[in-house]
Amino acid sequence: MALGVVVAVIKFTSQAFFKTIFKLLITVNFLTHSFNSLAGTLPVDTVDSLYHRYEGGGMTIDGPFILVRKSVGNQFSLSGHYYVDSVSAASVDVLATASAYTEERTEVSAGVDYLNEKTLMSFKYTNSEENDFTANSAFFSVSQDFFGDLTNFTLGYARGWDDVGQLGKSETEDADRHIYQVGMTQVLTKNALIGVNLETITDEGFLQNPYRQVRFIDPGNTARGYSYQLESYPETRTSTAMAFRGLYYLPYRASIKGEYRYFNDSWGIESHTYDLLYVHPLDDQWIVEGKFRYYSQTQADFYQDLFPFKDSQTHLARDKELSNFSGTTFGAGISYELGQGAITHIDRLKFTLLLDYIQFEYDNFRDVVAGEGLAVGTEPLYEFDAWVTRASITLEY
Amino acid sequence: MKQVLKFWTISVLLISWAFTTQATPLKGAASDFTLKSNQGKNLRLEDFRGQVVMLNFWASWCGPCRQEMPLMDEIYKKYSDLGFTILAVNVDEDTADADRFLKAVPVSFPVLYDSDSKISELYNVDAMPTTVMIDRDGNKRFLHRGYQSGYEEDYKKQVKQLIRE
Amino acid sequence: MKLYLLMTILLSSLFSLSGCADLKPWVKPYERNNLADPIMSLGRHGVAGSYVHHVYQARESARGAEGGAGGGCGCN
Repeated sequence: MALGVVVAVIKFTSQAFFKTIFKLLITVNFLTHSFNSLAGTLPVDTVDSLYHRYEGGGMTIDGPFILVRKSVGNQFSLSGHYYVDSVSAASVDVLATASAYTEERTEVSAGVDYLNEKTLMSFKYTNSEENDFTANSAFFSVSQDFFGDLTNFTLGYARGWDDVGQLGKSETEDADRHIYQVGMTQVLTKNALIGVNLETITDEGFLQNPYRQVRFIDPGNTARGYSYQLESYPETRTSTAMAFRGLYYLPYRASIKGEYRYFNDSWGIESHTYDLLYVHPLDDQWIVEGKFRYYSQTQADFYQDLFPFKDSQTHLARDKELSNFSGTTFGAGISYELGQGAITHIDRLKFTLLLDYIQFEYDNFRDVVAGEGLAVGTEPLYEFDAWVTRASITLEY
Repeated sequence: MKQVLKFWTISVLLISWAFTTQATPLKGAASDFTLKSNQGKNLRLEDFRGQVVMLNFWASWCGPCRQEMPLMDEIYKKYSDLGFTILAVNVDEDTADADRFLKAVPVSFPVLYDSDSKISELYNVDAMPTTVMIDRDGNKRFLHRGYQSGYEEDYKKQVKQLIRE
Repeated sequence: MKLYLLMTILLSSLFSLSGCADLKPWVKPYERNNLADPIMSLGRHGVAGSYVHHVYQARESARGAEGGAGGGCGCN
């Protein structure tokens, strides 16, 4: 029966449909109220702090990410986060057409969760600011536990508003977003859990980057053989992602998780993501983990590394993010945990260090910086690797 | 969309506040059992006939159980002289987990070990934690499923009521 | 219209599954010790976990379907 719901949902993702599902979920929840019903639990009170660092492809981005959550009474939980990306960049895109720069992006959010019986309703507002880009979003979700807490069904809806500016210009462009999410988790056995997620996103407005450029063959440019012009993206984009995951508890106390996600969008991009995670506790306090991830995608219809001449298409893109490429990640982590009783009024204190090594390989994006001096279109295909470090301290109180 | 959502959210809130209760009255004799305890010997429920018994099912991995324990300990200390006891049945498969929990959260009432879940099945436990109030005649009187802050007031009221009978 | 009728029937039957005599939850609340173990949590690393989604979203075209709730202790 649960499968029937998922199949029906997958076939018909449209705005009106989601509106109705929300109405249905809340109605059915109130209709099946019984005296002496059970309730779920609110998310735990926590202070979660992270130092994050990305280093690769000529870019270093680091900063803090702090989340604080506190419950008020038995039914409400308030939360807020603060996040900063400090960018110092000299990436291949930047070096090809500009010079190195530094920049900072700050993101904050405030949210409230409301627990009623086995239903958890969440609302969150997020704001992100850079010197030439502002993004705001509002997110609402309903999460329902039923069938003896073996099944969880979650619906989410978000609206996003972007203000895309350009240094030197006072006017900004807009981009709007609608996000629809459906998810279901099912306990299979005492040791196994599976989940499926579906997410559809529609964007509308100014979706390109005001600085980024595409290149085209230009015999008139005797120095390089090619020239640049600004990229031009469609004004709409609709994408759908569907993911399946399974989690299994191994008898000697360890867990293994596998995930697969399929993605496609209206720009012609299709991708597959495979994830494998193994978590191994060494004893009551030390836990190690290892993970592997493989990502591959096909290009957007209007993408080309080198266009034949100026304005050859209505839409032009040379963003490597829209090209044919694959990425492989190897990750390892270690955490140390102090449980209840170690420190008064603290339920859990956890120190975690995670290190990921990511390798990106592009099939049709060329490195014009490394290929300087070579014939146009024969520059080496671009590839780079990156190290992602995460050091966090999590406190539950 | 906004109006519809507002309407339904308000209806749900109003209806739920009107109807939510958290203790069910029960009928019938409490099924007898014998379990290993942390008191050095096995404990049998029938041996507590004549006393009010608060039978609580808990697990070391259960968050609300953690919150409940110190409050239960207060109730135990207050009323144990008046013919009242708490029997806390632990359902962990590995009793070492229970003992580790009790080191961090020590309690003065007896803890019983139901590691093969036979007694949990016998009492049809369908929530964690679960509390059953048993009167002096060995009959089940009240059932609490789950724990939320404020339940301990209901526990006290019911214990006082059953002690006076 | 037909679709909405179908969805109402499906969802209502899902919600009333616990009422079916022959289909009861097969994992009891007191059998959830492995599922309640933090290593079986879908969001074990908190903000460290949500940060890494952002790393990939900034460099890959794919976005979405990264979440997961459920499992756990099933308390209350």
